[in-house]
Amino acid sequence: MKIAVCVKQIPDPATPYELDPGTNFVARPDDQVLDDTDRYGVEVGLQLVEEIGEDATLTLVSMSPSGTLQGIRQALAMGADRAIIIDDGSLRGADALTTAKVLAAALKEDGFDLVIAGTESTDGYAGVMPQQLAELLDVPSLSFARKVERDGDKIRVERQTQAGYNVVEASLPALLTVTSGVVEPRYPNFKGIMQAKKKPVETKTCADLGVEPVSQQIIQSVEPIPARQAGEIVEDEGEGYLKIVAKLEEAKVI
Amino acid sequence: MSKGAVGPRKPNPRDFLNVDALLDGEDRLLRDTVREWVGDRVLPDVADWFEEGYFPRELAREMGDLGLLGMHLDGYGCAGTSAVQYGLACTELEAGDSGARSFVSVQGSLSMFPIWAFGSEEQKQQWLPGMAAGDLIGCFGLTEADSGSDPSSMKTHAKRDGSDWVLNGSKMWITNGGVSDVAIVWAQTEEGVRGFIVPRDTEGFDTNDIHKKVSLRASVTSELVLNDVRLPADAMLPNVVGLKGPLACLNEARFGILFGAVGAARACYEAALDYSKERQQFGKPIASFQLTQRKLVDMMVAVNRGMLVALHIGRMKDEGKAGVEDISFGKMDNVRMALDVAREARSVLGANGITLEYPVIRHMNNLESVFTYEGTNEVHTLIMGQAITGIAAFS
Repeated sequence: MKIAVCVKQIPDPATPYELDPGTNFVARPDDQVLDDTDRYGVEVGLQLVEEIGEDATLTLVSMSPSGTLQGIRQALAMGADRAIIIDDGSLRGADALTTAKVLAAALKEDGFDLVIAGTESTDGYAGVMPQQLAELLDVPSLSFARKVERDGDKIRVERQTQAGYNVVEASLPALLTVTSGVVEPRYPNFKGIMQAKKKPVETKTCADLGVEPVSQQIIQSVEPIPARQAGEIVEDEGEGYLKIVAKLEEAKVI
Repeated sequence: MSKGAVGPRKPNPRDFLNVDALLDGEDRLLRDTVREWVGDRVLPDVADWFEEGYFPRELAREMGDLGLLGMHLDGYGCAGTSAVQYGLACTELEAGDSGARSFVSVQGSLSMFPIWAFGSEEQKQQWLPGMAAGDLIGCFGLTEADSGSDPSSMKTHAKRDGSDWVLNGSKMWITNGGVSDVAIVWAQTEEGVRGFIVPRDTEGFDTNDIHKKVSLRASVTSELVLNDVRLPADAMLPNVVGLKGPLACLNEARFGILFGAVGAARACYEAALDYSKERQQFGKPIASFQLTQRKLVDMMVAVNRGMLVALHIGRMKDEGKAGVEDISFGKMDNVRMALDVAREARSVLGANGITLEYPVIRHMNNLESVFTYEGTNEVHTLIMGQAITGIAAFS
């Protein structure tokens, strides 16, 4: 079974983001890290690989216009077997659909039984790319998976809902998205870290894949988030919880 | 898209000199992994462990899974990292607690290293994979109650009886002693000091934990008692005779400490920095006061300088060029620095600084042990004194 996990490298969330004044897209520094939400997808993939055994492989697929590999190495250190990087200057500032087209081309060329992606990236937050990708690949898409099981040529997931979960299954090949927090991503161990630099990383361009990136999404303007209002401090003299419950009811969250 | 503004950078308060830029991606990934593990598994509970005088044994296996144990050794289940990477891991562990770093130092540098460097192939096969995995815990018996800086005065001895060895004596201040599965014990023989691998369940071998410690409380410290301990000939480490054996192990462990101490100092400085920006007195954060800024800057400069020293010595070690005197430089000065920073940070935290709610006094008390163990501050000073004068102040 060939499992592909789509991963994204993003600017380190610990440092403030800067926007490119020309495009309003997030400026990409040379050093980028693995999107934390992708660690869940990698973990789910690795657990499936371990369950299936020797016949299963895990390939990372990433559109990584800056050419940085730090985040990819992290996922390789966790245990992925290899990586395919689409590194092409023309992809700077690519929108979600362009990303999906590029990843689809790479996945079709390499072949796959199951594609795993995060629900949304931490830097872009569009949240539409995985479904676009499934459509372009012409495979069923199972979203918000919190538990994943393989049953012969089917994949079954528990799909997180507001009230609980649905059990959904699809025949392979398929695509699934995992939400953050569904599994405990493993720490890359030191042997994995030492081996990561020896694992194969194939780099491709748009021309190699026969795709021509045309970004149609234009960000017209960007407004900063209004400054947060000061909070209200509830004095607790034994019945503070009642006041908090009243506030929550007022805000209609309970 | 632009790659960000070009021009003078703004210093990061937590990495003022951007030492990060001196590390490669693999170094940083390994460092970040240990930092995250310490944040997940050590920091949430270490104040309780310290208060209760407890080291959770299950951490050993987690450390083994990560690859922390014997990480700088090659083969036999060890990760085979660089010396700098071993050092960076020690920095992160000790930013959690000196007890966690001590565990890793004792396991990797003092227990596994002698087997790896001086053991027979059979000994390596028998012990190292289990120790690297954290299934087996080791300890290192050199110091005795009356034999500290002068190990040549040790009284523990091993005598031949046929092909067997019979060991008698006791060892003191032994980290991990009480939780160990195997002890590396150094004893006088007719040929000089030799190392022995003593399995925990050997008859006549016993341990007594040292209680009422006020330092390194999240770490087990014990006495080892050897009462007619009979060992087969193949329990002896065949490839070293004399004190150079244990001293080589100590040199490895001291190397970890010169990085580790920077971690403890960094944790204290960061705790003081955060606290000073939140704590209000006279209507403003205490970070507004000149005396506090002086303390914060002194601490920040000390931590950055200590890290640069550590990295420089680490790079020399990776090139095979670091001498005993270089390790002494780092161990002596970085631990002294860390202790100074911890005390300064404690003063910034005021009364809160004496509680375990903040990490500072825990580090401060731990560092009193680190100041003394693995070659006292004084001995390292005299090693360097001899190096620059050519005159040995002790012999």
